[in-house]
Amino acid sequence: MTKGILGRKVGMTQIFLADGTAVPVTVIEAGPCSVLQIRTVDRDGYESVQLGFGSKPRRLAARSERGHVAKLDSKRRKKLSAAGVEVLAKADCDPPRFIRELRGAANGLEVGKQITVDVLNGCEAVDVIGYTKGCGYQGAMKRHGFKGQRATHGVKKVHRHMGGTGALASNRGGGRMKKGKKMPGQYGNERVTMRNLKVARIDSDKNLLLVRGGIPGPAGAYVIVRETNKVGS
Amino acid sequence: MSQQILAEVEKSSLKADVQPFDIGDTVDVHTKILEGNKERIQIFSGVVIARSGSGTREMFVVRRIVAGEGVERKFPVHSPRIDKIEVKRKSVVRRAKLYFLRERSGKAVRLKERRG
Repeated sequence: MTKGILGRKVGMTQIFLADGTAVPVTVIEAGPCSVLQIRTVDRDGYESVQLGFGSKPRRLAARSERGHVAKLDSKRRKKLSAAGVEVLAKADCDPPRFIRELRGAANGLEVGKQITVDVLNGCEAVDVIGYTKGCGYQGAMKRHGFKGQRATHGVKKVHRHMGGTGALASNRGGGRMKKGKKMPGQYGNERVTMRNLKVARIDSDKNLLLVRGGIPGPAGAYVIVRETNKVGS
Repeated sequence: MSQQILAEVEKSSLKADVQPFDIGDTVDVHTKILEGNKERIQIFSGVVIARSGSGTREMFVVRRIVAGEGVERKFPVHSPRIDKIEVKRKSVVRRAKLYFLRERSGKAVRLKERRG
């Protein structure tokens, strides 16, 4: 499995290093995660490890979610085992809030094992994957940083509009508009990977990971943290 | 919950023994300065004219007059580079930010001393 873990963004603060430098950090509550499932080439066609983070109360967890992590005693299950269908190994934990897979071979990991923030020990930098704050439907100025139009000189009620979208303006005379022309639309709430964030501190007692700088999403958002895949950093 | 975790994280960077000082105090700020490999203490003395922020981000501003020119320096209260803060003189002030001192010069800068 790629060195990595699931977590929750707690928020940002500032810490001092021993030499007095102030470092802006994001605190991530990373793990503990239980291994829910191991994907193998034979069975699934690819290798990965499924992790679960957090726990859902029973009232929020559907039966399928509960059955994913524990052996349920049901009529159907009895029938299946009578017919000789084997039950897959279960993690035997609470239904998690957040489930994601990390690619790669299991390397000795088994279903039900716990992964703590210690897996990132020795990592200098990590990638953090999350969803940015959703800003809804936004204009071209906020969404793409367009300059808008002039305040005066005959501009009529289009001060925050984008410029022309005619074929001439956006495609130099192609007869139609270019695909992917930047326009107003949904801004935010998209999956973003922040790469090569330096690890400032790992606190394994409290399951905390401190990375330098910001990460996507609001405080409380779930994120995937993995060792950075950026080379030459 | 999140705020509690953040407070715990900040605690590791907070100094336990920050010398208490108030706005209007004349203080000596002993800062550690690295010169080559040698560490040296430099003293910046002046009047505390503002204090802002909380936790590790708490800062204070010290103002002094150098060669007729006002100089202000902003320090993080919990910075490890600050060796100690010595209060030399306390004074009577009625506001939290003494920015009005910037417009004054000469005798008008004086603050009344608080005794007892």
